[in-house]
Amino acid sequence: MGNKVALEARSIYKSFSGPVTVDVLKDVSFSVDRGEYASIIGRSGSGKSTLLYILSTMDTDFTGELLIDGVGVRDKTEKELAAIRNEKIGFVFQFHYLLNEFSAIKNVMLPGFKLNKVSEEELEHNAYGYLKDLGIEKLARKMAYQLSGGEKQRVAIARAMINDPLIIMCDEPTGNLDSKNADIVFNIFKDLTEKYNKTLLVVTHDLDFAKKTGRIIELHDGKVVSE
Amino acid sequence: MRLKHLSDIALALMLARWKQTLVAAIGVTFSIALFVTLLGFMEGLNKLLDGIVLNRTPHIRLYNDIQPSKLQPIDISKEFKNYHNFISSVKPGKKRREIYNAQQIINKLERDDRILGLAPKITDQVFYNLGNIDLNGVINGLEVEQEAKLFAFSDYIIEGKYQDLQTISNSIIIGQGVAEVINAKLGDVVTVTAAGGEQFPLKVIGFFESGITEIDKVQSFASLSTTRKLLGVSNNYISDIQIKLKDLNIAPTLAIEYEDLFSLDAEDIQTANAQFETGSGVRSIISYAVGITLLIVSGFGIYNILNMLIYEKMDTIAILKATGFAGSDVKKIFISISLSIGVAGAIGGIFFGLLMSLGIDAIPFSAPSLPTVDTYPIDYGIQYYSIAVLFAMLTTYLAGWLPAKKASRVDPVVIIRGK
Repeated sequence: MGNKVALEARSIYKSFSGPVTVDVLKDVSFSVDRGEYASIIGRSGSGKSTLLYILSTMDTDFTGELLIDGVGVRDKTEKELAAIRNEKIGFVFQFHYLLNEFSAIKNVMLPGFKLNKVSEEELEHNAYGYLKDLGIEKLARKMAYQLSGGEKQRVAIARAMINDPLIIMCDEPTGNLDSKNADIVFNIFKDLTEKYNKTLLVVTHDLDFAKKTGRIIELHDGKVVSE
Repeated sequence: MRLKHLSDIALALMLARWKQTLVAAIGVTFSIALFVTLLGFMEGLNKLLDGIVLNRTPHIRLYNDIQPSKLQPIDISKEFKNYHNFISSVKPGKKRREIYNAQQIINKLERDDRILGLAPKITDQVFYNLGNIDLNGVINGLEVEQEAKLFAFSDYIIEGKYQDLQTISNSIIIGQGVAEVINAKLGDVVTVTAAGGEQFPLKVIGFFESGITEIDKVQSFASLSTTRKLLGVSNNYISDIQIKLKDLNIAPTLAIEYEDLFSLDAEDIQTANAQFETGSGVRSIISYAVGITLLIVSGFGIYNILNMLIYEKMDTIAILKATGFAGSDVKKIFISISLSIGVAGAIGGIFFGLLMSLGIDAIPFSAPSLPTVDTYPIDYGIQYYSIAVLFAMLTTYLAGWLPAKKASRVDPVVIIRGK
């Protein structure tokens, strides 16, 4: 393992231009080390989701520097960014975003197809392993639309892990779940950092959830106000 | 990214909207089926119609035309070289229709490997005598076997055997029109008067019908020797040499060559039947235009359905991109959807096209001018099928390309934030 720092943001600015230019992010700088469990909190409109999309390389319209695993993402092509997302970043969304056309296990395997590093059998074995760790191996063959919200979110977490990413990013992972399922998801995340030594970056407005994480980055009006 | 996995995703997306996909594929099937049927039918007809003329017409005909010499003495004279020649209405001199040294010419032509075969012929004016009335006619003296072999002579004999011309002396095959007028039956004897004035009784051993009344009313056929006797000419008299070539297209150049070589008049098939080539060409163009329009229309069908699919599957596209699929992967997925619709449609289209062609091929069709044909003609040329498939692939690719490009540009952030 080379770099200790998994992800580093250096004075990121972002503004939405329109009739009135709105600065969403102002001079955001922080870094996340490997194995860290960090959360970004802030009120609605504080720019936390925007920041997450920039960190995930999906949004490239910003100024400043973003380094993932020590490599700057500026001047990378769309294809190279996609490869970075595929290999180094796992993503869990608020709305589970599974592909309804596929079974749960196929959904988990999809990013693996793209990475194409292991055989399909091995990939399926890995995917099944992750589903088992999350306690939903029985649902592997079910179609995505047949699952409940909590089950979907766990499948999404398994999908985020399939390529053994450097960092897993979550956008309001519990925002759409009841407290019981939210607890399950939180415990899974905790296991991820403790058992698998994963790096996690969670965006949430749920202060209780954030308090249980290792580190809180608070955003207010596009600025990092406290760590 | 393996092709198998891309196609897996494409297949899943297609199955999610299998009804529309099926409709698009049926559109392609329909257009390809019609394309091959239309062209097969049209080209079949073209070939049949051209065949009526082309099979019976010599590719090159060598003969002595009755016309004044192209080079008049005054043109050759050195004395009047710089003068303007205004002598008009020059008459031809006494010139026989006979081809001189016919046998030598035939021998020489037979060694020419561009020639498939040749048949000597005698043509002359005659009268059919019906009591006091004389009917105008044309007698054709043929080398019967060659004529049958090269120019499908036997196809047009509706009664009797053409071989009898050779075996029965003083025999004749008369046109159906002539036969009706002079009320002749098989085995009857008709009197024929040659232009020279000699009368000759000939036994009717068959009837001929080309389907063109004007021809059937005047033409009759006899063997070379019978015709020579009738016309009172020598044993090697020949007025025409009919040549069939291996390659029809060299006829015009070869005609000029023979004209110079043998000092005869030569007429090539393209000059003699220019209008047939034009007709076939135009018919082909029209059917190709209709067929290709059908294929383009089916392309629009695919375009529409893919566009719909993309709008419906925005979430899927966004998630694929968020999990690391590049725009080019998304593009490949949608183009492969489009191409699979195209391929499936094409396979179906070829199948149904062949079926429809077979159906048309079985419909009875009879025309008096086409004695060898009893069902509608179809040309099963592989080229129509290949063009259809090639063009279908092209249109489906293009129809898929635009929506696929749109899909590849979907911004996942916009979709995911929009929730």
